[in-house]
Amino acid sequence: MTSTTRKGRRAAVSTTDLALIATFAALIAVCAIMPAVNTGSGTPFTLQMFGIFLAGATLGATRGFLAVVLYLAVGTAGLPIFTQGAAGPATWAGVTGGYLLAFPLAALLVGLVAARVARSKPARFVVIVSVVAAIVTIAVVGTLGTLGMAWKLDVSLRVAWGYATPFFVYDIIKGVLAAVVAASVHRAFPQLTARR
Amino acid sequence: MSPELISAYRPGSTLLHRIPAGPKLGLLAAYGVVTVVATGPWTAIGFLAFSLALVVWVRIPWRTAVRALRPLLLVVVLVTAFQVWQRGWPAAIHVVGDLLALFVAALVFTATTRIDALLDAIVRGLGPFRRVGVDPEKVALAFSLMIGAIPGVMTIARETRDAAKARGLERDPRALLVPMAIRTVAHAYDTGAALHARGIGDD
Repeated sequence: MTSTTRKGRRAAVSTTDLALIATFAALIAVCAIMPAVNTGSGTPFTLQMFGIFLAGATLGATRGFLAVVLYLAVGTAGLPIFTQGAAGPATWAGVTGGYLLAFPLAALLVGLVAARVARSKPARFVVIVSVVAAIVTIAVVGTLGTLGMAWKLDVSLRVAWGYATPFFVYDIIKGVLAAVVAASVHRAFPQLTARR
Repeated sequence: MSPELISAYRPGSTLLHRIPAGPKLGLLAAYGVVTVVATGPWTAIGFLAFSLALVVWVRIPWRTAVRALRPLLLVVVLVTAFQVWQRGWPAAIHVVGDLLALFVAALVFTATTRIDALLDAIVRGLGPFRRVGVDPEKVALAFSLMIGAIPGVMTIARETRDAAKARGLERDPRALLVPMAIRTVAHAYDTGAALHARGIGDD
C-alpha cells in the first residue's frame, strides 16, 4: 500500500524509520505537556526542548527533523500538545512563532553532528553534542525566537533579545541532558546509526 | 498528574464549521496578512472586535477562550506597558490589538476545525509533491501512528518517573530520562515490527 508509488526504489523513509519518527514526535509531545518539573525558581519548565534535541541526537538529521515537523503539524491541527496545553495556529500567531520555526532546524543541526559523532567518536559524543546543542540554542533558537518576538511585539531586536536570553540557560542544560541520554540510547540501540 | 488531551474543537453548524479546513487555513493566513498591512490603533480595535464577534458567532464559551489566552496574558501586560512607556497609547493598542485579534481568530479556527479534517487537508495538499518523493499515504500513516503513540509514551514517562521515585532518585534527571528514552525507542521498534507483520512496509 505504501510501496506502490516507489517502483522498487528503496524508500527514503523505511517503515521502521516511520515508527521511530512517529514515536519521537509523540515523545516530544509528552515532554511538552508533562507536568513541569519543579525547578524551585518559578520559571515554567517543560522538557519540550529536551525532546527536540533528543530527537536530533538520537535519530540523526533527517528523521529528527521529520519527527519535529510531525509534532508541529499535529499540534497545529489542534491536538493540545504544545507547552501549557496550547494548540492550533494560535501558537504560530502568538509571540512564540519564531521558536516553533526554529525547532525542526535545531533537531536537524544537532542530528547532523550527532549521527557523525556517534559513528566516529562515540567516546566524545556527550561533549560534542552538548556544545553543538548550546550553539544551536543561541544561534538558531534564540535568533529565530528573537526575530519572531521583535516582529510580533514591534520592539527593537535588542529588547526582544533581552526577553529571549533568560531561557538560554535552561535550554543549554536541556541540550546537555539530551546529549547524555542520547549517548545511552546509542549504546543500547547501535542499529540507530547503522548505515542502510 | 496526567495531563488530559482534550481538543478545543466544538461541534457546530455555522458557516465557519462548514468551510473545508484547507481554504479556512488560507483565510486565516490572509487575515494575518491584512492585520500586518493595516496599521493604526483604530484598525487594530476593529480587527479585535471582528475576532471577538467570531467567538460569539461560533459560540466558544468565554471561559474556554480566556483559558486559551492565558499563556499570552503575561506577554500582553508586559508589552502594553513597554509600548505605552516607549511610544504611547496608540502604538500599544496597535501592537497588542493586532496580536490578540489574530490569536483569537486562530482560536476560532481550532474551535471550528476537526483535527483529522486539517490533517486530511495536509495529506491531500501533499499530493503534487509525489513527484519529488513525498508519499502522502506515508504522511497519513505517520499522523495516525503519532497520535496513537502518545498514550503509550505517556505511560512510559509515568512508569519511569515512578520507578525513579521508588529508588529515591526522582531528582536525578538521568534516572528519570534514560529509561524513558530507551523504552520509547524499544516501543518504536516494536511498532515498526508490528507494521511489518501487517504487510505495511517496503524494506
